[in-house]
Amino acid sequence: MIPAKFEYHRPTSVQDAVALLAQLGEEAHPLAGGHSLIPVMKTRLAAPEHLVDLAGISSLKGIRREQDHIAIGAMATQSEMIASPLLAEILPIIRETSLLIGDPQIRYVGTIGGNVANGDPGNDMPALMMCLDAEYQLAGRNGERRVRARAFYFGAYDTARQNDEILTEVRIPIPAKGHGYAYEKLKRKVGDYAVAAAAVMLTITNGTCRAASIGLTNVADTPLWAEAAAQALVGTRIDRTAIANAANAAEAITNPASDGHGPAEYRRKMTGVTVRRAIERAKLRAEV
Amino acid sequence: MPKVQVKMTINGREVEALVEPRTLLVHFLREQLGLTGTHIGCDTSHCGACTVDLNDMSVKSCALFAVQANGATILTIEGMAAPDGTLHALQEGFRQMHGLQCGYCTPGMIMRAHRLLKENPNPSEDEIRSGISGNLCRCTGYQNIVKSIQYAAAKINGVPYQEAAE
Repeated sequence: MIPAKFEYHRPTSVQDAVALLAQLGEEAHPLAGGHSLIPVMKTRLAAPEHLVDLAGISSLKGIRREQDHIAIGAMATQSEMIASPLLAEILPIIRETSLLIGDPQIRYVGTIGGNVANGDPGNDMPALMMCLDAEYQLAGRNGERRVRARAFYFGAYDTARQNDEILTEVRIPIPAKGHGYAYEKLKRKVGDYAVAAAAVMLTITNGTCRAASIGLTNVADTPLWAEAAAQALVGTRIDRTAIANAANAAEAITNPASDGHGPAEYRRKMTGVTVRRAIERAKLRAEV
Repeated sequence: MPKVQVKMTINGREVEALVEPRTLLVHFLREQLGLTGTHIGCDTSHCGACTVDLNDMSVKSCALFAVQANGATILTIEGMAAPDGTLHALQEGFRQMHGLQCGYCTPGMIMRAHRLLKENPNPSEDEIRSGISGNLCRCTGYQNIVKSIQYAAAKINGVPYQEAAE
């Protein structure tokens, strides 16, 4: 399969990339790893006239600690996140989630920026970023701004990013030491999008849940932050009743499609199952 | 649309060419350079038949544009055997352990296994299976592919290959 013709641009700074996007208008598209964009260009579901490749911009690389945040450059690949000692120590849920994306070859090339900015509800990172209350740094003609992941997703492929903006960095607040975490993804086989998936973060002290956050993948036309589900755990000892309440609250906010991943009823039910499994695993990992 | 000048090192050789931006890396390798050992299988980035090594990463060459690989160092199946024709340990392994039947997935399997063994010279069976999880084989059931990679790992590490009891 051969994509439609386009012109290729490879700027070396964010400033140049933003200027190009502004100048070229709606027919220009930023290119990160390309593993979502290039397949749809091959089937000609997308035919941008200009691609602005971000691979030549070195400032978009790297994973750093900045005071109370972890800053991940938009062009950091899933492999780089899996191999990062900093993330393994402070945010191990990112490694766990990254390992469930695509396959080894995809993970060498796929980037966090592409994964979160594309707006595909099947992508795994957006729900995790909602769970972690991450912020996305956007650079545009009129300067920079930050948008919370929880306010970024409007619909499938519809996000707060303007056409002439580039997502440059993902900023994640450092979670409490000893937190419990799990990303639970139900999929038919390696490389598939989730039938349903849940990201869970928990803080437990003296056996009682003090804080919880839950994100859901691919069970609506956007990733979901399951606020009520998480609240069902806070103040409890995360016993069977609390877990069932959280799973029910998560199921209640889903609106999955009936498609190749299964009928909507099944996917709604599997949301509850992945939430329950993720809570149980996170609880085992938490320092109590 | 203007063509773009690209320069790469492929199997140790410097290559310069003009490419259309929309030319996929796999088409560039096969059609412009005649390196037809890299196969197009599914053409949808699932099967891994088009896997090549690019800057020490395994990548699916049907999901990258040749222009993205400008300046890269690439290794394809044609670059695996020694110049005198001596097979690479992985090629020998696939031959000795019957790691292929129709052979269509084999170049991608070998290129992926090559990077896997570079990163993890002594992988467990589980690590091999997850390491090649982006490569599909419709013939072998994978059993002999795993053995082929174990054979190659042993040979590269200079230890005798011992088949695990089944």
